[in-house]
Amino acid sequence: MQLILSNDYYLGNMQRKNLVKALTLLLLVFAFSAKAQHETTVEEHGDKDIKTTIKEYIQHHLQDSYDFSLTSYTNDNGEHVYIGAPLPVVLIDGGLQVFSSSKFHHGETVAEVGENYYKVYHGKIYKTDAAGTINLDDHHHPTNAKPLDFSITKNVAVIFLVGLLMFFLFRGLANSYAKNNGIATGSGRFFEPIILYIRDDIAIPNIGEEKYKKYMPYLLTVFFFIWIINMLGLTPIGVNVTNSISVTVALALITFLITNFTGTKDYWLHIFDPLGSSMPWIAKIPLYIILIPIEVLGIFIKPFSLLIRLYANIKAGHIVLMSLIGLMFIFKSWLGSPLSFGLAFAISLIELLVALLQAYIFTMLSALYFGFASETHEHAEEHKGEIEHL
Amino acid sequence: MEKLLGEFSIGLFFWQTVLFLALLFLLRKFAWKPILNAVNEREEGIKNALDEAENARKEMQNLNADNERILKEARAQRDELLKEAREMKENIISEAKGEAQIQANKVVEQAQATIQAEKQAAITDLKNQVAELSVGIAEKVVRGELSDKNKQIKLVEEMLKEVTIS
Repeated sequence: MQLILSNDYYLGNMQRKNLVKALTLLLLVFAFSAKAQHETTVEEHGDKDIKTTIKEYIQHHLQDSYDFSLTSYTNDNGEHVYIGAPLPVVLIDGGLQVFSSSKFHHGETVAEVGENYYKVYHGKIYKTDAAGTINLDDHHHPTNAKPLDFSITKNVAVIFLVGLLMFFLFRGLANSYAKNNGIATGSGRFFEPIILYIRDDIAIPNIGEEKYKKYMPYLLTVFFFIWIINMLGLTPIGVNVTNSISVTVALALITFLITNFTGTKDYWLHIFDPLGSSMPWIAKIPLYIILIPIEVLGIFIKPFSLLIRLYANIKAGHIVLMSLIGLMFIFKSWLGSPLSFGLAFAISLIELLVALLQAYIFTMLSALYFGFASETHEHAEEHKGEIEHL
Repeated sequence: MEKLLGEFSIGLFFWQTVLFLALLFLLRKFAWKPILNAVNEREEGIKNALDEAENARKEMQNLNADNERILKEARAQRDELLKEAREMKENIISEAKGEAQIQANKVVEQAQATIQAEKQAAITDLKNQVAELSVGIAEKVVRGELSDKNKQIKLVEEMLKEVTIS
């Protein structure tokens, strides 16, 4: 349907020489169908500058949404038709309010729930009057009341689906071990080396042979979760979970909590008495005025770097990829469009690597922090050595 | 930073935390523990099997060494036995040879003695016969010679003549 539309559009409005570009577009539609389809839809409006529409589209793509729409197009009557499913909206606004996101009509209308009216503005739900007026302050921020929003958004739905997928995948894997005398079959042949890699090359070297076992479930879960969800972000379904700061905050927070709740005496000693018995207490006071705040700050900076790294990498990847795809529609030339396509293709390949790499880095650094938290060897000795060396 | 905070959605954070923790606990119970245990067990099994194989190899080596030793001993024993047998054979042969020599010498000696005795007897016998014959012949000749007086005289003369000449 969409293919025909775009062809009609190109052949109808432009000359035959643009046929090649239409073919390029077709290729593109195959490669990045959902994304490309959105572009063409936007372009059909015709009333907006293409650069602005692309920019808006990218913004839109990066945002969470209240419905699971795969694609949309404008039908012959000039109406927007969305292909997808609405998701439940859960608000806490003087009691629990649960309704289907179809009431928003993809942000186009005001949803009337009981006596309240809600409207989606820039991806967030605001309480409005019946007309859906959004009051803006000087900085263009809405001043409307924001109800507490616990909606099952697209991202939540994807997280849930990935959770289900992972549960059945690894439950099946565990069963295949039980059935087959401790030897994995099927997909286990693929996943087992990864699990062993996480155990032998991430957990054991960083945490140590004695204590790594209690951290393994978290490391494995977080690795596969981030990897699978990053990979899904590269599919034409167009989901972006790990580029939501809320998700990376949640992940890093768990790493932070595990690190500090399993911290040994030595770990805390390292933070509040990093020099140990290497010098008299009187000499330590001036140093500690600087050292202790740094160490304490370090506790928070470590997980913060985790969340920013994952968030920024995935978000940047998506922006670059989408911008390159958008460039094709800006260039509309023999040279520019194929070049953009090639670049976009290359970037998607790199993004495949980044998806894995970010999962690896997150797991690796989490393991490293757990290693700091669970270390029990003598620091005083080490630092003494360091100072003598200086 | 403000933009980041603006992007932060408490709902998504809440659901992510809840869902992720649920996933973590479910997977820990139903997937990671069984998988890691199975893998560990398998690794232990492999290690044990390797150790056992090593032990078996050592045992085999010991057995082989034993076999070798026994074989060597048996060979030595056999050689010794053979040597003994050979010596015995040689002894027997040499003894037999000596015996036979002695026996043969004895026989020869006896034979020689017998022959000697026989020869002596034969010679004696022959002498007696020759003496008898000679006497017989002499008797006959004398008888013939002495049958005639002339001849007797003549003989005497001749004899006397011979005596004279000599």
